[in-house]
Amino acid sequence: MRYIPMTEQDRQAMLASMGISSVDELFSDIPEHLRMSEKLNLPPALSEAELMRHMRELAGANVNLTETVSFMGGGVYDHLIPSIVKHLISRGEFLTAYTPYQAEISQGVLQSIFEYQTMIAELTGMDAANASMYDGATALAEAALMACNASRRDVVVLPENLHPEWKEVCEIYLSNQDVQIKYLPYDEETGTINHTVLRELNPKELACVVVQQPNFFGLIEDVDPISEFIHEGGGLLVMAVDPISLGLLKSPGEYGADIVVGDGQSLGNPMSFGGPSLGFFATTDKLVRRMPGRIVGETVDGDGRRGFVLTLQTREQHIRREKATSNICSNQALNALAATIYLSALGKEGFREVAYQCVQKAAYLKKKIAEETPFKVKFSAPSFREFIVTGDVDWEEINRKLLDEGFLGGLPLNRFGLPNDVLFAVTEARTKAEIDRLVELLGGMSR
Amino acid sequence: MRNKTGVPLLFEVSSPGRRGYRLPDLDVPEVPLEELIPSQFQRQQEPKLPEVSELEVVRHFTQLSRLNHGVDVGFYPLGSCTMKYNPRVNEDAAALPGFSAIHPYQPEETVQGALKLMYDLGSYLAELAGLHAATLQPAAGAHGELTGLWIMKAYHEANGEGHRNEVIVPDTAHGTNPASAMMADYKVVEVPSDERGGVDVEALKKLLGPNTAGLMLTNPNTLGLFDENICTIAELVHDAGGLLYYDGANANAIMGIARPGDTGFDIVHFNLHKTFSTPHGGGGPGAGPIVVSEKLAPFLPWPVVDKEGDKYVLKKPEKSIGRVKSFYGNFSVLVKAYAYIRSHGPDGLRQVSEAAVINANYLMHHLKELYHLPYDRYCKHEFVLSGKLQKQNHGVRTLDIAKRLLDYGIHAPTVYFPLTVDEAIMIEPTETETKETLDEFISVMRKIADEAEADPEMLHSAPHVTPVGRLDEARAARQPILRWRG
Repeated sequence: MRYIPMTEQDRQAMLASMGISSVDELFSDIPEHLRMSEKLNLPPALSEAELMRHMRELAGANVNLTETVSFMGGGVYDHLIPSIVKHLISRGEFLTAYTPYQAEISQGVLQSIFEYQTMIAELTGMDAANASMYDGATALAEAALMACNASRRDVVVLPENLHPEWKEVCEIYLSNQDVQIKYLPYDEETGTINHTVLRELNPKELACVVVQQPNFFGLIEDVDPISEFIHEGGGLLVMAVDPISLGLLKSPGEYGADIVVGDGQSLGNPMSFGGPSLGFFATTDKLVRRMPGRIVGETVDGDGRRGFVLTLQTREQHIRREKATSNICSNQALNALAATIYLSALGKEGFREVAYQCVQKAAYLKKKIAEETPFKVKFSAPSFREFIVTGDVDWEEINRKLLDEGFLGGLPLNRFGLPNDVLFAVTEARTKAEIDRLVELLGGMSR
Repeated sequence: MRNKTGVPLLFEVSSPGRRGYRLPDLDVPEVPLEELIPSQFQRQQEPKLPEVSELEVVRHFTQLSRLNHGVDVGFYPLGSCTMKYNPRVNEDAAALPGFSAIHPYQPEETVQGALKLMYDLGSYLAELAGLHAATLQPAAGAHGELTGLWIMKAYHEANGEGHRNEVIVPDTAHGTNPASAMMADYKVVEVPSDERGGVDVEALKKLLGPNTAGLMLTNPNTLGLFDENICTIAELVHDAGGLLYYDGANANAIMGIARPGDTGFDIVHFNLHKTFSTPHGGGGPGAGPIVVSEKLAPFLPWPVVDKEGDKYVLKKPEKSIGRVKSFYGNFSVLVKAYAYIRSHGPDGLRQVSEAAVINANYLMHHLKELYHLPYDRYCKHEFVLSGKLQKQNHGVRTLDIAKRLLDYGIHAPTVYFPLTVDEAIMIEPTETETKETLDEFISVMRKIADEAEADPEMLHSAPHVTPVGRLDEARAARQPILRWRG
């Protein structure tokens, strides 16, 4: 086998040095009837060349979005990724390291996580962040659980306009801990959270209110009144934010959020059929010891040299077992590293510019659809990079036609119970020519 | 000699106006921002991101990488983590645009290759486990555990046995087992080990009862030992109405040799970033697919990939517990694991396990003269030594031995785990190391044993040649500095 260096000679020498004649002896503690007498039913081994031929064949059976122009979002976005990201995360010292348990030979990973934590704290306007969670959805579920523990309450308010898959993930995490979920409807006109209904709730029994910003429909929520309401009752404000939007939008810290989560795919990670991405997780100094996941902190060695270590580990499963704040062990470190390199390359100005271009380009498409096609923009609230278009048509059928023209259209929302609606996403990667052509095609299809 | 100062933080070398990436010019007609986003929704305080050139970014992260150990750098015998070689061709496969540039909501007919890969990977894992159906959604081993326990719970509830609220976990279990059980709202009941290192069957009998939901077991366990009483254990748990959960963290020992399903396990998770060689990336991403028996398949999270004629489709199992993560799992990790299985085939995977077990036994055999071996019997892919002789005789602790190994360019084994062994040193060499590397490790461990005798002080202050010395962890926890503040 090409990855096993043991030669027949090695094998014999090693077995002989242990005083045994056959490898079977090493498995003699496995009850005989459990030992497999037949081969595994798997396809035969492939050489490297054969493997790549096969993998190219499988990959070739997918329509890829380097060739097809995507206007699809709904949690995964086609943003530009600086070339250096893939080169730097491919360095073996990062790629092939485990969790940095031995700090003295893991300063590379530890310092980069410290930089990542700083960047997430800066973007969200919060005090501290952890080293990453699996994705935005699981990060939100863990944030809601943390809010319950911190407030000693067990009612969590989720907005109806939260990403439907995130709702489902929250439901499984929370229902298995006997936490009650209340859903907040959205205003049919604006598409944002209905504050009147919110005010009918008793804030003194709520662990937290969750606000997704921008919400699943791409709209910007007015968070100040929600923040005020939940804090008056002693509950927490949990925000699920799109990181790219934070180049322009008011930060959760500025709204007084207590816990902030989000999905970091758009920060330098490829779409990869929806994973791996990363979940980011930030909070206040006050709540930091309740946070799940790994946290890196700064310290010194015996000579006063700066160094970084995993810290506050008494929250974690390997120390506290069933009393830990979470069961999370492996996280998404390499994706967090990609995000760190992405944010470093873009820098302060570049990051703002990505958000600015998304807003301008999305607004351009939105205006053109409203003016040049029979379809309507559904909601009135300001939007960031996504918006819903509505029309009495079969959007899946329209998307099939668009595919023939080299376009992946918006996300048809029939899968989420909104049959007339489609969610368009426009990133900085789209050009005016692509947008113009899409509008032209849509105009032609409505007839 | 160490450098006086390390690599500065990128924030510390930032220079206003510098940037490392240029976007294409905005080509649509610009509208005043105010008209699109009212000012009360715009941020007042700009995030302080570094302002650096592209080369500065490249140098910074290259310098950081050089402070880090990885499998590519040197031996990494970290027990229970299976730090084997990560084949680079698998990275190439995952990076193909047909895998990396596809959107999870694309129409099914445009992702047939991806769905086929997932369908086949699920069936390969089912074959390896000797079970029926898979979900690839869990993002890590612990996430797989949690998913498995939710399935366990849903199953008991569907049978009108929702009162079963106890999960039994051995005292040697990974910390994630009890933590996952807690997250699924189970009461954790610990079963002790017997003198052979396996589950104490008599103690287990007393713990089993009408409230038992199941037993979580790692086999071979964290001592690297195959539980000789596994058939009895399985029978006892099933007779009590419980289910058997298999923590597959140690599956590198058994591929093609024995299958958890044949032993009676109902739910198995695999760590693709261990057994199937996907790189651990400094902490992740991993993937923790689970495989279940036929009676549990209707409870799997959705969507699962199914085959209808020659078309692959996404489906919701009849009694699905719901969704445990967005989309379908850590897809690019799945691609790499699939490539690994296809590279090896049935014979290759068996050879992997045989070589992993030979390597571990070889090290154990030669190290037991130097360090105390609490369970002197054949191990599987890993084994656990105790540093208690060095502690008693020379005041040198396992931590000192671990830190001294770093000076020799070797990553330390897992230490102080499992909790049942005093001063534990858990060693897993994997199958991808040469005999020469193993011999070198034995000789380094001998040197350290000698140093413990001759110069314990030197070990207390190890490591000596790493980029930083032993770091003050107590200070980090007491006065947390978790970010740069400028």
